[in-house]
Amino acid sequence: MNNTNETLIPKVGVITDVRIDTADIKTFRVVTPDGKKAFEHMPGQCAMLSIPGVGEAMFSITSSPTNTEYMEFSIKKCGCVTEWLHQAEVGQQITIRGPYGNAFPVDSDEFKGKKLLFIAGGIGIAPLRSVINYCRYYRDDYKSINLVYGSRSMDDLVNYNEIINEWAKDKEMYVYLTVDKEDPDWVKHVGFVPNYVKELKYTPDRVAIVCGPPIMIKFTVAALKELGFKDTQIYTTMELRMKCGVGKCGRCNIGSKYVCKDGPVFRYDELGELPDEY
Amino acid sequence: MRKISLQKIDLMFAEIANNMSLYLPVDQNDGKAAYTKWEEGKKWSNALNTVKSPKDFFFPQTEDMMEFKVEGKNVEVIDTRKVSEDFVVFGVRACDVKAFDILDRVFLVDPRDSYYATKREHGIIVSVACTRPSETCFCSAFGIDPAEPKADVSVWKTEDELFMQSNTEKGEKLLKMIEGLTEEANDEKVKEQKEQISKIMKKLPLADLDTSKFGGGKTDDFFKAPEWDELSETCLGCGTCTFVCPTCQCYDIKDFNTGKGIIRYRCWDSCMYSEFTRMAHGNNRNSQKERFRQRFMHKLVYYPENNDGIFGCVGCGRCVSRCPISMNIVKVMKKLGGKENE
Ligand SMILES: Cc1cc2nc3c(=O)[nH]c(=O)nc-3n(C[C@H](O)[C@H](O)[C@H](O)COP(=O)(O)OP(=O)(O)OC[C@H]3O[C@@H](n4cnc5c(N)ncnc54)[C@H](O)[C@@H]3O)c2cc1C
Ligand code: SF4
Ligand code: SF4
Ligand code: FES
Repeated sequence: MNNTNETLIPKVGVITDVRIDTADIKTFRVVTPDGKKAFEHMPGQCAMLSIPGVGEAMFSITSSPTNTEYMEFSIKKCGCVTEWLHQAEVGQQITIRGPYGNAFPVDSDEFKGKKLLFIAGGIGIAPLRSVINYCRYYRDDYKSINLVYGSRSMDDLVNYNEIINEWAKDKEMYVYLTVDKEDPDWVKHVGFVPNYVKELKYTPDRVAIVCGPPIMIKFTVAALKELGFKDTQIYTTMELRMKCGVGKCGRCNIGSKYVCKDGPVFRYDELGELPDEY
Repeated sequence: MRKISLQKIDLMFAEIANNMSLYLPVDQNDGKAAYTKWEEGKKWSNALNTVKSPKDFFFPQTEDMMEFKVEGKNVEVIDTRKVSEDFVVFGVRACDVKAFDILDRVFLVDPRDSYYATKREHGIIVSVACTRPSETCFCSAFGIDPAEPKADVSVWKTEDELFMQSNTEKGEKLLKMIEGLTEEANDEKVKEQKEQISKIMKKLPLADLDTSKFGGGKTDDFFKAPEWDELSETCLGCGTCTFVCPTCQCYDIKDFNTGKGIIRYRCWDSCMYSEFTRMAHGNNRNSQKERFRQRFMHKLVYYPENNDGIFGCVGCGRCVSRCPISMNIVKVMKKLGGKENE
């Protein structure tokens, strides 16, 4: 029956690079055994990675679709699959299937021609990195890009080198980093992301894209609303437990929406229509 | 329409079983009916319905999906899927027939689930009209007519005869196979039976169950209803209601190491279980109340919202008769709809 497609049957992927980001986050580069990208995707979409015998888990594709050579995943160690991956070496084969879910509306008027404000907390930078690099690639399609990114400590910032050496040096891209606690080696801002967003006094003439732990999203959205942002100007991604990735195993719904299929990207007004169960 | 004398029915089963696997409800040692593979000596049960629903034939309780070979750092994915053989499921009630439609709208929409699809393509369903619907039945509340069950072949059983009508190409094929045993018939007795059934249906205690308050777009009406507390208070979270339900479709995917290789399989799961949605940073349905609410909101609001208003319940009554604490969708609907005391 090999002629009929089955999304649940994965392809083999090879880990070709492992970058240590923080004590519990590593970024993995994955290609097929013949050195290609496993599939194409749009920023915000996810993939199911698995280690046969260990399990399968969903991850945001953190590389941009404009990267034609490989896909990347920033993965936080927190359970069976992720712990196993953290021990994997270059050359290790895993499995990969996808892409799953919707994407940020990068090619529509919702983003195009707009000022973009990215706000990330911790591992929440993973899905945003894909969008940011996509927008940097098609730079003329968008106006200014701002990034407010925070984590517990300076050692917990993911992707630090790329942010400092590439993004922060871009024309019309402004990067604001913050950490939760004072540190003698840290000369930049100290404090939580939502407060920093308020301090930066962003005017609501832009689109905000917020990603991070649920509690951070909640307070950041509240801060944005104080600044005058409307629900229709705020985008976020949701993370619920997933198994199938295609709206069939019944696991990831919020009301009538399946996060794996109708999400993970939601505009805040869409989310507001759903029951408060996330 | 064709008919066969009930005295010849085992000949008919034998003829079908000669050509393909035939499954039908057979009384078990505990007196309850279960779908069983027909062989000489097995008798078609008189029970109104089986404890477990026939969804098993298309969406098995556990099902191997693929295998992996792991050697050193290398992984090989082995597609072990097979095209299903033709088979017949005989004696399916109208509610359970409708349940296949409900599952189709999950498994056959893009991206099509090929495991389910191949069994649906090759399974021939023979439905039978219910002459003795019970007090736990409320299929009619969901617009299902137990006198006119529309599967590949519909059959009506009278005192001494079985009347059959094919509705699809697959059904036609099946009737051709047994043509030598059956004879042409007029539908007089079937009409009579349908009238009889419709009279009984009107007298059933749950006949007037009101579904009009539910449906797509009604999340706000019910999600925060205070009634959920009381309704879910004694729920054990045992999952029985989801396992016996012909429309419940939640599943889990797991790996099993056989020592020689790894099998990835899926198995039924239940939204009633606390593990179902647990994540590293918490659980979005922490209490049994939230899980209980999910099951019934899904059937009565979320599913219809995504499926042209069709409810995710067929009124088979299995959860009514099987729940250890006697909670069920009927009580939920009455309470939420404000009719508990009627
Ligand atoms: C759409 C989406 C995108 C994601 N993107 C990323 C990403 O880019 N990087 C990243 O590191 N993680 C991401 N996650 C989270 C990641 O899927 C989970 O951390 C992962 O499933 C844990 O797998 P495990 O086998 O290591 O943990 P397990 O051994 O399965 O479980 C460890 C703990 O994590 C819980 N868990 C299981 N599934 C999830 C889940 N989906 N989310 C949170 N906790 C879970 C378990 O219940 C348990 O408490 C994403 C999740 C989703 C749904
Ligand atoms: S919810 Fe209960 S009555 Fe409805 S289809 Fe499922 S088991 Fe049958
Ligand atoms: S409603 Fe009844 S059958 Fe369903 S999980 Fe609760 S106790 Fe079990
Ligand atoms: S992960 Fe299966 S329904 Fe979303």
